[in-house]
This record gives sequence, C-alpha cells and structure tokens, in this order.
Amino acid sequence: MDKIDQITESILKKIDGAGFKQEGAYNLRYNGYSLCHGSTEHIKIKKKEDKQGIDVYISSDTKGEQVHIPVIVAASGVTDEVYNDFYIGEGADVTIVAGCGIHNSGCDDSRHDGIHTFHIGKGANVRYEEKHYGEGEGVGARILNPVTKIFMETHSLFTLDTVQIKGVDSTKRETEVVMGEDTKLFVVEKLMTHGKQDAISNMDIYLNGAGGSAQITSRSVAKGGSKQVFHPKAIGNAPCHAHIQCDSIIMDQARVCSIPEIDANHVDAAIIHEAAIGRINSEQLIKLNTFGLSEEEAEAVIIENFLK
Amino acid sequence: MESKMLEVKNLVFHPVDNGTKISIIEDISFTLADGEMLVITGPNGGGKSTMAKLLMGIEPLDSGSILLDGENITDYSITRRANAGIGFAFQQPPRFKGMTVSRFLSLAAGEDLPEKKCCDLLSGVGLCAREYLNREVDGTLSGGEMKRLEIASVLAKPHKVCIFDEPEAGIDLWSFSMLVKQFEELHAEKRESLILISHQERIIRMADRIMVIKDGKVDALGPREEVFPGLMDKDTGCACMNQNHKA
Repeated sequence: MDKIDQITESILKKIDGAGFKQEGAYNLRYNGYSLCHGSTEHIKIKKKEDKQGIDVYISSDTKGEQVHIPVIVAASGVTDEVYNDFYIGEGADVTIVAGCGIHNSGCDDSRHDGIHTFHIGKGANVRYEEKHYGEGEGVGARILNPVTKIFMETHSLFTLDTVQIKGVDSTKRETEVVMGEDTKLFVVEKLMTHGKQDAISNMDIYLNGAGGSAQITSRSVAKGGSKQVFHPKAIGNAPCHAHIQCDSIIMDQARVCSIPEIDANHVDAAIIHEAAIGRINSEQLIKLNTFGLSEEEAEAVIIENFLK
Repeated sequence: MESKMLEVKNLVFHPVDNGTKISIIEDISFTLADGEMLVITGPNGGGKSTMAKLLMGIEPLDSGSILLDGENITDYSITRRANAGIGFAFQQPPRFKGMTVSRFLSLAAGEDLPEKKCCDLLSGVGLCAREYLNREVDGTLSGGEMKRLEIASVLAKPHKVCIFDEPEAGIDLWSFSMLVKQFEELHAEKRESLILISHQERIIRMADRIMVIKDGKVDALGPREEVFPGLMDKDTGCACMNQNHKA
C-alpha cells in the first residue's frame, strides 16, 4: 500500500465522501502522476499509452461496485491535463467517485483539466460523483476546468452529481450529454464561489432518442465579489421530457448570470426551464433566529442545506 | 398569587408607511401566568399577529416593555428571546430548499434528534412520520403540511412561552382535531405558558383567558367564561367577532 501524506489524506476526505481506500478499483492521481491504482474482477483500469489518463473498463457483470479516481494537486505551478475514458458494459451498475482537490501554497497557478468521456452501454446504471475543492495560503490561483462527455445507449440511466465545495478560484465546466432511446439523466450541480472567484458552467443535453428524460438541477451560492455564469441547454430532437431548474443565492457584491436554454426540434419534445436568483430570504433567517441561531449561524445553515 | 411568566406593559408600535406614522398597536398591556393559556382573537387586521411579532422581537417596539419570567427582554434580539425561552410558530412559515424535515426539527430542538423523537413530533401534528423525515422543507410540501411542521418545530423543545399565530390556518379537519388534542395536552401539563392567536371556536374554548384585540387596542380581556359569550355570533354560530360586544 502506498503511503499518502497528511495534506492528501485531508483533501481526500473532502472530495471523496464515500471514503477513499486503496482497495477495489481505484486510481489516485497526484501532481500529474498516477500514485497508485488497482483493478477488480469486473473493473479494469489501464493507463493510456498515447497521453495522460486512464481507460476504465466496467464489465456487464458489475453490480453495485464503486470506482474511486481522485486527483490531488498539491504543488504550486502544476498544470495537469488528463483524459479519462470510461467504457460501461450493458446492464452494469456502478458508482464512479471522482473529484479533485488543489492545495496551493505558492505564488504560481495550479491547474487541473480533467476530460472525462463516458460510453454507457444499454441498460447500464451509472452514478458519477465529482467534488472540487481548493485550499492553501499561497497567492497562486487554484483552477479546475472539467470537461465531461456522456454518450448514453438505450435504456441506460446516468446520474451526475457535481459539487464545487469552496476554494476554487476559477472554473470552466463543459458538459455534453447525448441521450439515446428511453434513457434517463439526472444532473445535480452545486457550486459555491467566494472572494474574487469565477465559475462558468456550460451544459448541452441532446435528447436524441424517443422516451428520453432529463432532470437538470443547479444550485449555487455566490459570495464576496465572485461571479458565476450558468448556461444549461436542453435540445429535444425526439419525443422526450426535460426540466432545467437553476437556483442561486447571491450575497455581498457577487454576480450571477443564469441562462437556461431550451430548444425543441420535435412536436412531442416537452421541455421546461426555471431559473431564480435572489438573496437569502429574510423570513428564513428570522425563522432560524426563533430557533436560537444567530444571524451568522442561520446564514451558514441555509447555505449548507441549500448546497447539500 | 400566581407567578407571572410574561408581563407586557404599554406596548406601542407606530411604523412609518409612505412617510406617515400609522398606529398598529396602541398601548397594550397584559400578563400571562405560568402554565396559562391565553387566546388572542379579534377581527382581521386588528393587530393580533403584529402583537405576537412584537413579543418575539420580529417587529421593533416604539415603546413599552416585556418581562419574561422576571427578565427584561425588551431590548433582546429574536435569537436572544428564543434562547431566553420564547417559541414562535409563524402563520405562514418559510420553506427551506435542501433542508430535510429531520434536520429542520433538530435545528428547532437545538440538538440532533433521534429518529424516534422526530417521528413522535410529526405524529403529534398528524403527519405520517416516516414518509416525511427525509423530505425537503421546500415547495414539495403543501401549505397544510408546512403548517403542521411549523407547529412540530415549536414543540421540539421546551419553552417558557410558546406563541402560535393562527395554528389552524390551512389545516384539514382531521389534522385540526389532532392539533387541538396537542394543545389540550400541552395545556393540561402546564409546563409552558401558551399564547394562541386564533379565530377557531374549539381553540378559543380551551383558553384560560381570552384577549380581544381590535384596532390595535385591547377590546376585551378576561377569563374565558366572561369573554367568550360575547364573541359568539348567534346567527351563524361561528366564533367570529360580535362587533357590539363588551366583556
């Protein structure tokens, strides 16, 4: 078992809620290199030959297993670009726990760009969890630019659960999902920015097969002088259902721009969008005050639960 | 002599609306004994809910004083009043996206409540407990469910004084009966002093004393048996204000 330092251990606890262990199928990437990895009977992880990254093969026999592929950047001035491809067999049932944490105590920017592509076989059920987190007292920025591409075959189900906890100075998230017949997609995106941070999230969902349904929920909190832009787009090219809901809490001098877009190219494409941006409701604060919580405690509770 | 849990003296609230001071609460005084149930009733817009908010510190007093169990809480914030022992159930409770019912009740109790305690609280207000524990306190709950949860949140921990602002509003008949039973039990235990703002006859009939607020002033205040007969509209049988009554 490879030794993991204290900073890495601490960041892993933040970004891997299920608990990272050097057991089962896993790959821990550290400062641009694979520190340790393991495969199982049903899940094989192979290092790419032509570029940085891994190929993860999840067999049809996989039922209820997990794959953990966290990334840690703990040095200042590191730029890490990695390509991870996932091949999920027909009828497989798997949870993939990713996530990236940057500890930057230096003057130079540290950056991780994770380009993930998922090929979801017929009838497969995939849950993908991704948490992003930044820390460190250096002035160098902590930058995360994930790109996620998902190709869904008939009757498959994909749940995408992404959270940006805090400490990420800049992020540009690109997500593209191509959905086949009778597929289901659930996306929950939660994001917190503070200070001078900025975050952009673009998401294109192509509902190409009849009977496809997508539920996109985005919740964010923007504090300080931070900026956020959301642009989720659902494109209905077949009889399908999609619902986009974006809720943001804006505080201090922050700025939030939410642009949900729906595009129907079929008469039976039913697509709905909702977007709301507002400050913390004063009635919520008062209610929690009546429980004995101070203003600060009440605010923290509201934000914590909103992003849970 | 009965000990006074709450002493309210000469409350005045004259907020400014469009540059003009308006009289909402005009010199209201009353006391509440330890374990007593006081029901406040009166016509809509008379100042009942505002009075309750003044007691909780949600609206600022212009003058007057409030003593809770002998402690002057007049200048206390909402938080400090809550920690001093006042509980408050809103007429229209706010919703919390992302917060589960069990978390909400734990916050109300000031401690992490075990599942059984949450279930007991929810059952007490007519909610089928297990179905609700992990539900979010958001738009997926109906108005009636929110009201019942609001009441459960006040009952989640002991208080010196509990204030319920129209607890019956938006609640179905069956749940209302459960609620009345809850209040009857609370009242029988005499552990908490209760202030209920209500128009409901069944609630008004539970009171030790009744206070009628009209046009921001106390129109009547006294034992139930003295005040109640004057409240009844003999033509309709409803517990609505008889505008001509004087206790």
